[in-house]
Amino acid sequence: VAQRIDEHTRAARRRVLRNALGVGLATGAYGLSFGALSITSGMSLAQTCVLSALMFSGSAQFGFVGVIDAGGAPFAGVATGALLASRNSLYGLHLSRLLRRRGLRRAAAAHLVIDESAAMSMAEGSDELARLGFWRTGLAVFCCWNVATVLGAVGARFLSDPGRLGLDAVAPAAFVALMAPRLRSAPAWFTALVGGGVALAAVPVTPAGTPVLLAAVVIVGVALRGSRHRTYRTDREAG
Amino acid sequence: MLWLATLAAAACSFALKLAGLSVPQRILRDGRVQRIAALLPIGLLAALVATQTFAAGRHLSVDARVAGVGCAVALTWRRAPFLMVVLSAAAVTALVRR
Repeated sequence: VAQRIDEHTRAARRRVLRNALGVGLATGAYGLSFGALSITSGMSLAQTCVLSALMFSGSAQFGFVGVIDAGGAPFAGVATGALLASRNSLYGLHLSRLLRRRGLRRAAAAHLVIDESAAMSMAEGSDELARLGFWRTGLAVFCCWNVATVLGAVGARFLSDPGRLGLDAVAPAAFVALMAPRLRSAPAWFTALVGGGVALAAVPVTPAGTPVLLAAVVIVGVALRGSRHRTYRTDREAG
Repeated sequence: MLWLATLAAAACSFALKLAGLSVPQRILRDGRVQRIAALLPIGLLAALVATQTFAAGRHLSVDARVAGVGCAVALTWRRAPFLMVVLSAAAVTALVRR
C-alpha cells in the first residue's frame, strides 16, 4: 500500500511539473508580444528587459507600457502599473500561509507571485503539491517570459511599422482572455461595464493614463458600497 | 525620466508582492478587502480593454483594432486557447488595415 501511495504522489508531482512547463510556454508567447509592444511604445531594449526581469507582472507591464505608448506621463504609467500589480499583494495574502519563508527565500517567493503561479497553487489539493506548483510555475514563467521579451523586442526593431502586424490589438485581446474566467457573476459583469464605461468617458477629458486610474477609484467605491449592503443584509439575517 | 519611471515601476511591483506575503492573515478576513480584491482586477482589465481598443490619443475612434478585439471576444467566448486568441486578434487587425 505504501508503495502505491508513493507511486500516486510521484504521478501527481509529474502532473504538476508538466502543467508548470505548459503554462510557462503559453505565457512566453504573451512575452513576445510584450517585447514588441514595449519597443513600439518608445522604450529601449534595455528598459524593456529590465521591466520583464524586475517588474515581472504581465498585465502591470502592459499597463505601464500602454500609458507610455499613449503619450502619457511616465509616472502615470507607474501608477497604472502599480494598481495592476496590486492584486499580487492579494495573492500574497493567500500564499503566505503556504510559503512560510523568511529573508532571501521570502524575497524570491515574492518575486514569483503572479497570476499563473498563484492560480496553479490554488488549484492543488495538498500543501506540498501547492508549494511545488507555485515554485515550478513561477520559475517556468519567469524563464520563458524573459527570453520571449528579448526575442519580441529584437523582432520589433526590424519592423518599420509594428502596427501593420496588428500588434496594437495584442494587449487588449490578451486582457479579454485573462478577464473572461472571472466574469461569472452579475457583480463581476457590472464591475467590468462600469470600469470600461468610466474609462471611455474619461478619455476625451483627461490626460493619457488617468482614465484607467479613474475607473479604479470608481470601482473601489462600488465594491465598498456593495459590501456595506451585504454586511447590512447579513446583520439582519443574523439578528 | 523614462529610466526613472521604469525602475520605480519595478520597485513598486516588488514591494506590492512582498507586502502581500508579509501582511497578517486577519486582514484577509475583512469583507471589504475580499470584495475589492475580487472586483478590482476585473474593473481594471475592462478599463484597459476599452481604452486600448477605442482611444487614439485623447479621442475615441473606431478602427481596425475594434475588429481584432472583437475577434478575441468571439474566440474567448468559444473557449479557444489563449495563444489562438492573441494571434488571431493581431492577424485580423493587420488584415483590416491593409
